[in-house]
Amino acid sequence: MVHVSATPVLALRGVSKRFGAVQALTDVELEVHAGEVVALVGDNGAGKSTLVKTIAGVHPIDEGSIEWEGRPVQIGKPHDAQNLGIATVYQDLALCDNIDVVGNLYLGREIRRRGVLDEVEMERRSRELLDTLSIRIPSVRIPIASLSGGQRQVVAIARSMLGEPKLVILDEPTAALGVEQTAQVLDLVERLRERGHAVILISHNMADVKAVADKVAVLRLGRNNGVFEVKSTSQEEIISAITGATDNAVTRRAARTNGEIKK
Amino acid sequence: MSTEKTSTPTEGHAVANPEAAAAAVTVVDPRLLVREQGFAGYWNEFKRKMKAGDLGSLPVVVGLLIIWAIFTSLNPNFLTAGNFSDMSVAMVGTGMIAVGIVFVLLLGEIDLSVGSVSGVAGAAFAVMSVTHGMNEVLALVLAILTGTVAGAIHGFIFARIGVPAFAVTLAGLLFWQGFMLQILGDNGTINLDSEGLVVKLTSYYFSDVAAAYGLALVATVGYFLVAFFDNRRREAAGVPSRPLNEIIVRTVLLAVLAFAVAIVFNQYKGLPLAVVIFLAFLVLTDFVLRRTAYGRKVFALGGSVEASRRAGINVEMVRISVFAIAGTFAAIGGLFVASKIASANQGAGTGEFLMNVIAAAVIGGTSLFGGRGRTWDALLGVMVIISITYGLALEGIASPVQYMITGGVLLATVVIDAVTRKTQKTAGRA
Repeated sequence: MVHVSATPVLALRGVSKRFGAVQALTDVELEVHAGEVVALVGDNGAGKSTLVKTIAGVHPIDEGSIEWEGRPVQIGKPHDAQNLGIATVYQDLALCDNIDVVGNLYLGREIRRRGVLDEVEMERRSRELLDTLSIRIPSVRIPIASLSGGQRQVVAIARSMLGEPKLVILDEPTAALGVEQTAQVLDLVERLRERGHAVILISHNMADVKAVADKVAVLRLGRNNGVFEVKSTSQEEIISAITGATDNAVTRRAARTNGEIKK
Repeated sequence: MSTEKTSTPTEGHAVANPEAAAAAVTVVDPRLLVREQGFAGYWNEFKRKMKAGDLGSLPVVVGLLIIWAIFTSLNPNFLTAGNFSDMSVAMVGTGMIAVGIVFVLLLGEIDLSVGSVSGVAGAAFAVMSVTHGMNEVLALVLAILTGTVAGAIHGFIFARIGVPAFAVTLAGLLFWQGFMLQILGDNGTINLDSEGLVVKLTSYYFSDVAAAYGLALVATVGYFLVAFFDNRRREAAGVPSRPLNEIIVRTVLLAVLAFAVAIVFNQYKGLPLAVVIFLAFLVLTDFVLRRTAYGRKVFALGGSVEASRRAGINVEMVRISVFAIAGTFAAIGGLFVASKIASANQGAGTGEFLMNVIAAAVIGGTSLFGGRGRTWDALLGVMVIISITYGLALEGIASPVQYMITGGVLLATVVIDAVTRKTQKTAGRA
């Protein structure tokens, strides 16, 4: 594992979120350090998406606190999260099919030169960015529609890197991807870690989680159900935490104290 | 690195290594035409594009040449300088409105009200300047602003309240037609001053032969300089650029075309003012769409509204502004239509006029599905429409047949559009 900072980039302390009568999140704790990939797993409806949206500022939290690099912060809207340095890549990528790769990377933050789009500079920087992330696509000037699913995913992730974020949240980046493309995306996740970004990876795929994540945070019915070190945890243990087979006070306590010792 | 680029291994290191960066100049970008050196490169690229269904303006240009060939064989008077010049002036009104429609189509929306709005602009100018004796320039500006405001209202109702654009502009079509009839009053027709500003829009010709040649020269030199300096910057930045000889070939082609048109104009009355204004607006709108952040937003909205919203684009503002632009161009077009017949009458902007405008934009190659098109499409499309109208009129063929033929051409165009989209999808370029 790469060196991990002492103060977590992001820490959630006792976060709760309600939607009307539904208690979506209850007392959720989560810590992510720089240079660390934390996989967020859980069954459908476990609260993964809600948790990510509270971090991304889509849904403000009801109770608890969010700490950013040790300081308590308020994230009330997506803009707040972006300003802190949180980039989110949602499952539906949000790319424009008809615009080329450069155009998509710089959509909404075009570089201008005397009021006119500076295509040359944007293209140069796009190539540089894709090179540093070792992303291989046929050309930066073909429309997104020409790219494969995996290539689109890496473009979407590369796009989130433009603002030099400290924390990148990836929502199921390998869902619906082939073997080869999944490997490309996982490579990219590892490169993000090497460059010192904190990464939260939502995934249903245990193989992916085992492949790239350092820690696995399990959510079950809107509550923490253990944080595991990937290296020392078997896939079965994680799965039983997700499905609730081990969901009792003893295992919860064990998982909690285990996590604290590791720190 | 999976497709087409396997023969260019230097690309990946282009930025890291300055020598490779120089070599990257020879690396060919797929959007550029030349892929290999020499003529064979052009031919291979052309074949590749045809196979991928990337037809561009080719079907329209071929179609236009066929139409001209047919009408010329039927009546030698068709391709005379006089007829060509008349057609060029007559197409400006429809063409201007089609430019606005291209903006709306790029969003993937439709504006059915442009015909009525164009009629309102013509009537408003006539009422203000002729009936009330207002200063012509002021009346002209106010008439155009009428269109802007009408378009902005449609855009507001569409973007803010969320009524489908089709419904809003259909209501607009009826409302503005009634509004036009109302302000024209009982007379129905108001004749414009035949020496006035608006009539001059289509009746004025730069009779000095130097004007047409000068414009052709400026266009050619301007194109070359822009392409040349753009390329120099690309080379300096180490991103793929076009070979110099390709720029020269393109410039020569443009020069041949521009001077041929200039010669034709000069054989008749000279360079028409209307055509100069139309070309100026085409260059301006093309620049806005392809070179500014605003244009990028319009294309982005045509591609994916959700992606645009997440990228921080103010979706509502872009939508309202695009409809305002469509209204503005409708008004400008309406003034050219009024200018051509030197009057504002009750029939302005009604009947098949709206359909011709939309057909022009679509025939030119603007996609009905949004996100694909250029304002130059409006020029090509309106040339097709006007050629058919004039050609059939020369033959003395009545309007029922004219409608059927225009309908057939439009159908052929959308069929080509749909088929090429399918081919593009299978070739991964939709």
